[in-house]
Order: sequence, then C-alpha cells, then structure tokens
Amino acid sequence: MSQQTLDLYEVFIRARRGLDHKHVGSLHAEDPEQALEYARDVYTRRSEGVSIWVVRSAAISASQEDDSASFFDPSDDKPYRHATYYKLPQAVDSM
Amino acid sequence: MDNREAHVADSQAETLRAATVSYAVRLGDDALVLGHRLSEWCSRGPFLEEDLALQNVALDYLGRARMYYSYAAELEGQGRTEDDFAYRRDARQFSNLLIHELPRGDFAFTMVRQLLVDVFNTLWLEQMQRSADQTLAGVAAKGIKETRYHLRRSHEWALRLGDGTPESQQRMQQAVADLWGYTHEMFEMDTLEQSLVAAGIAVDPRPLRAPWLQQVTSILTQATLSVPQDGWAVRGGRSGYHTENLGHLLMELQSVHRAYPGVSW
Repeated sequence: MSQQTLDLYEVFIRARRGLDHKHVGSLHAEDPEQALEYARDVYTRRSEGVSIWVVRSAAISASQEDDSASFFDPSDDKPYRHATYYKLPQAVDSM
Repeated sequence: MDNREAHVADSQAETLRAATVSYAVRLGDDALVLGHRLSEWCSRGPFLEEDLALQNVALDYLGRARMYYSYAAELEGQGRTEDDFAYRRDARQFSNLLIHELPRGDFAFTMVRQLLVDVFNTLWLEQMQRSADQTLAGVAAKGIKETRYHLRRSHEWALRLGDGTPESQQRMQQAVADLWGYTHEMFEMDTLEQSLVAAGIAVDPRPLRAPWLQQVTSILTQATLSVPQDGWAVRGGRSGYHTENLGHLLMELQSVHRAYPGVSW
C-alpha cells in the first residue's frame, strides 16, 4: 500500500478532563477508524491524552494567506472591541 | 502435622515453585520471541504510522517478557536476572511456542500470525487474571488491555487485506495455510502445566480451542478467507525442539551481549 492512496487526517488530543482538544499534528490513514488508532499509536505513546478527535484534513476549510489583509487587518484599528479599552468607574474598583 | 508431613508439604511447595519458574520462563520466551519478530519491522513498515503502531505492539511484548523473566528470576532465587534468561540461553533452552519464532514473512503473514495469537491471548489472559499466583494474575491483568487493542488491529487488517485486492487476498490465504499447523501447539498441555493447572496457577488451554476456532472462523469468513482443514501439526517448542529459525533469531538478539558480555548503558 502506498501512502499516496491514504487520506490525511488532523489529530486533536485532550490532555486531561476539562481541557480543550488541541491540534497536535496529522497522519495518514485509510479511514477514520484507522486514523483514530494511529493517532493513539503515534500521539499518545507517553500518556498524552484522554480523548482523541480525528478529522479528514480535506474537511477543514481554512483561511488563506492571501486573504489575511481583508480578514484580519480591519480589526487592528478597532481597540474599542477590547474590554481593556474602557475605563472602569471608580466604584467598580476591580473586575 | 508431624515432621514427615511437614517435609512432604515442603517438597510439594518446592516442586510447585520450580514448576512456576519454568512456566514464567515459557511465557517470557513466547513474549520475547514474538516481540523480537515484530521489532524486525522497525523502519520496514508499509508506512510510517503502521511502522510505529507495530513497534508499540512489539514493545508491549517486550515489556511482558521482562515481567515474566524478572518474576522467574525472583522466584528462582539463584541470583539470575531477566537478562540472563534473554541473553544467556541457547535455542535448545528456549521454550516458546513455535508459531512465535517463524520469520516475519510478508505483512500478510505477520498480521495473520498476530490475529491467530491475539484471539488466543484474549481468551487465555482473561482466565489467567484469576490465577492463584498473584504476580502472574497481575501481568495478565495488564496484558489483557494491551492484547484487546492488538486484536482490534489484527482483526481490522484481516478484513482490509482479506477482503482487499486479489493479491492481498491471496497473500492472506497463503499465510493462513502456512500458519494453521502451528496453532495446535497453543492448546496443548504437558505434565508441568498439568500440575500448575491443578494448583490453580496455570490456565488449561485445551478448552480454549473451541471458542478460539469460533472467533477465528468468524473473522476469516468476514474477511472472505477460508479456514483450512486440520491436516498437519507441528509441535516441540515447549520442550526446546525448535525450527531452524529460532537459532538465527537468537544470534541477532544476543549478538551485542555475546560481543560485550555484561555491557550496559
């Protein structure tokens, strides 16, 4: 079996209960079931996780580098979208 | 209890202890030899992910071998260590089942062997967890979790390759045919094991054949592979009579120790 026939999967692992799943890497597998097992074998050998998600890389819609100007730059000059922009009244003291 | 009775009881306990040592060494040999065969795939797997997955299985077996040998060494009380069992015995002194020492062959052969052994091990370890020997029961309790995962893998590979391309199907069927005669030895019991079964320490493997055959038949059928007739059987591993392959395997496995006796890092 050559690797060309295998799909690419992204692997997300939850390190402990209560934490979010974090992207840890990718791997090749023939189907989701196999991807899950390989994720276990490749990414949790040292007890890194309690839960695994795998998703076909092709199923992810990603923002493009070319779009970054129109996607992200416009928010640079809108500091009022940050809570720190606002002065707290004396009475509130700390939040 | 008078002195004579006490003496008889002592010698019975002594016999049982010696038998348990031999039994632990047998199980250690099974694990070491199969683990080594799997480790031969390191860097030669069909692709990276499977390479790593196979080595995880190999390491599970190596870990099991260490537990069995360490226990044998401790129980024997002669100052030997796990390394003495692994590196300082010749083929004639190894007592693993022959199925474990056969060369790794192609990937189909490796996976069919794993399937046949994994199904057996799940059945055997399940019962072994209730051994009267606390250490052997403990090793089994750890091993059963590993083995259930091994079986999940070998089961899926059997389906994938058996019900795959004409070539993969043919290779799988060939592997089943080549291995079948070596499976009978798993269900045999000699007098040593008989005495341990009577003491509740070992598992009688004979009744495991029926459920094993049922499970293996169901998986092979699902994988569009046929179950061979019981035409031939090879045995001898438990009494030290091996195929020529074990000598070659040990030559490699023990080469570093032979070149640098007692070396450590």
